[in-house]
Amino acid sequence: MSAVASQWRWLPRALALGVLAYVVFGPLANLLIWSFAEAWYWPNKLPSQWGFRFWEYVFRPTGRVMEALWNSIWIALLTVGVSLAVAVPAGYALARGQLPWRAVIMLAFLLPQAFPSLPVYINIARIFYEFGLNGTVTGVVLVHASHGLVFSVWIATAAFSAIDQELEQAARNLGASALRTFMTVTLPLATPGLIAASIFVFLESLDEFTGSFFVGAPEVKTLPLEMFTASMGGNYQISSITALILLVPSIAFMLVVERFLRGDVLAKVGA
Amino acid sequence: MGGFRAPLLPLLLVTPALAIVALLFIYPLGYSVATAFQDKGGAWTLANFATAWSFYARDVGFTAIIIVLSTAIIGVVGIAIGGYLVLGTTPWAVAALAWIYRWPLFVPFIIAAQCMRTFLAKNGLMNNSLIAAGLMPPDAAQGFLDWRGIVITFVWKQAPFATLMISGAMASLDRGTIDAARNLGASRLRILLEIIVPQIRPTLMVALILSSVTMMSVLSVPLMLSGQTPTMMTVQMAYRINQHGDYGVANALGLMSYVMTAAVAWIYLRESLREKRA
Repeated sequence: MSAVASQWRWLPRALALGVLAYVVFGPLANLLIWSFAEAWYWPNKLPSQWGFRFWEYVFRPTGRVMEALWNSIWIALLTVGVSLAVAVPAGYALARGQLPWRAVIMLAFLLPQAFPSLPVYINIARIFYEFGLNGTVTGVVLVHASHGLVFSVWIATAAFSAIDQELEQAARNLGASALRTFMTVTLPLATPGLIAASIFVFLESLDEFTGSFFVGAPEVKTLPLEMFTASMGGNYQISSITALILLVPSIAFMLVVERFLRGDVLAKVGA
Repeated sequence: MGGFRAPLLPLLLVTPALAIVALLFIYPLGYSVATAFQDKGGAWTLANFATAWSFYARDVGFTAIIIVLSTAIIGVVGIAIGGYLVLGTTPWAVAALAWIYRWPLFVPFIIAAQCMRTFLAKNGLMNNSLIAAGLMPPDAAQGFLDWRGIVITFVWKQAPFATLMISGAMASLDRGTIDAARNLGASRLRILLEIIVPQIRPTLMVALILSSVTMMSVLSVPLMLSGQTPTMMTVQMAYRINQHGDYGVANALGLMSYVMTAAVAWIYLRESLREKRA
C-alpha cells in the first residue's frame, strides 16, 4: 500500500499548482482569446469565428490606437528623461554626500506612494489648469515623473552606494577631475541600476491611468485611456488587443528584472 | 572621494528632485485638504463633509470593507506561497510555484480590470471553462461583476507584489532555528506560523500597507468591474469632479481616504514602536 501511496504523492501538489496556474493564467488567456474573437456570443463557450480582423483595425497606421501608442511611448521616454535628470544628481548626493536630514529626504520621495493619489491628481489638474498645463504632454509627464520618483531616486541611490569608492579614489589619484571621475568611472558602474530605474519609470508611465485621466484627457490620448474608452464602449476586441500591447513590456520586464537589479544593489534600496 | 567638502553641493544636487515632490505632491495635497474645508466662495465651512457623509457614507464603508478584505486575503496568500517557497521539500513544485505566482506582478490595474471584466462575467471564460470541464452545472453560473470582482482583481494583481516582499524576507531568515524546529518534529505549518511569520512581521506589515494604499487609489478597477452602488470612494470623487465640478465634496472624500490610510500607518507605527521597546 505504501508503494502505491508514494507513487501518487505528487498528485495533490500538481493539482494545487494546476489550480493556481488556472487562476493566474486564466484571465490572461481570456484576453488573448478575445483579441482573436471575431464573433463570440452566448451560448458559445469559445468564439465561433476567429481571425485577425481587429488586429488589422488596431494596427492601421492612422488609427486611434496607433496614435495613442506613440503618444504613450513618447510620454514614457520624456518621463524617464525628466526622472533621470533629477534622480542621478539626487541619488549621487544621497549616496555620497553628508546630507543633513538624509532619512527625511529619502522618505519625502516615498510620500506620493504613501497617500491615495487620486485626490492629489484632482487638485494637480485644477492647479495645472491655471498654468495652461492641463491637457498637455508636459503636464502628463510631470505627473508621471512625480509618482515614479521613488523608484528612480531610491534605485539610483542604491546603485551609487553599491560602487566601491576606492575605484573613484584611484581615478582621482591618477589626476582625473571630480567630474571626469564621475563620468568615466562612477556613472558607467552605476548604469545597470540606472537602467533598472529607467525601466521601472518607463513602465509606471506607460501603464499610468488615473493621473492621465484627470490631467491629460481628453486632449492627450494615451494607450490606457484608449483601452478604457474601448472597454467601457463594449469594444472588447479592441480593448483586449490594446491591453495585450501594454502587457508585452510589463511581462518582459518581470522576466528580466533580476538581471538588471542585482542583489548588491537591491539590498541597498531604501537604505 | 569620501563625500563632498562643501555641504552645500549635495543639497543643490537633491533640490530639483525635492522640488518636484514639493510642487507636484505636497502643494496639491495641502490644496486638497484646504479645499475640503471651503465653500465655493472660499469661506471656511464643514458643509462639504456633511454633504459627503450624507451622500456617500455607504461608499466609505464599502471602500473600507473591500480594502480590509482584499488586504487580508493578500496577506494569507503571501504567507502561504512564501511559506511553501521556503519550507517546500519538493524542488520541482517549489520551482513551478516561484515561476507561476509572479506573472501578474507588473500587470497594470487597468489591464487586470479588463481581463477580469470578461473572465468573471456570467457568460465569461471562467464559468464557461468550469461548465465545459464538468465541474459546475450550467444553471449554477453567476457573474462576479460586483464587490467580489473588485476583491478578486485586487488580490490577483497585488498578491504577487506582497508575496515577492514576504518570500524575500523569509528567504533571508537564519535557517538554524527553522532546521532545529524541524529536527524536533514540529510540523511545517507550525514552523511557518510560530517561527517564520513573527520574524518577518515588519516586512509583512509594509507589504500590506503599501498594497492597501495602492488599492485605495485605484479608479479603473471599481469603474470597470462594478457599475453598481455602493462603490468605491475613488469612483464617487471622479463623479463629483466630472459631473458637478464639485471640488469641495470631492476633496472632503479625499481627506477621508487620507484619514483611512493614516489610521493604517498609525497602527503600524504603534506596533513597531512597541516591538522596539520590548
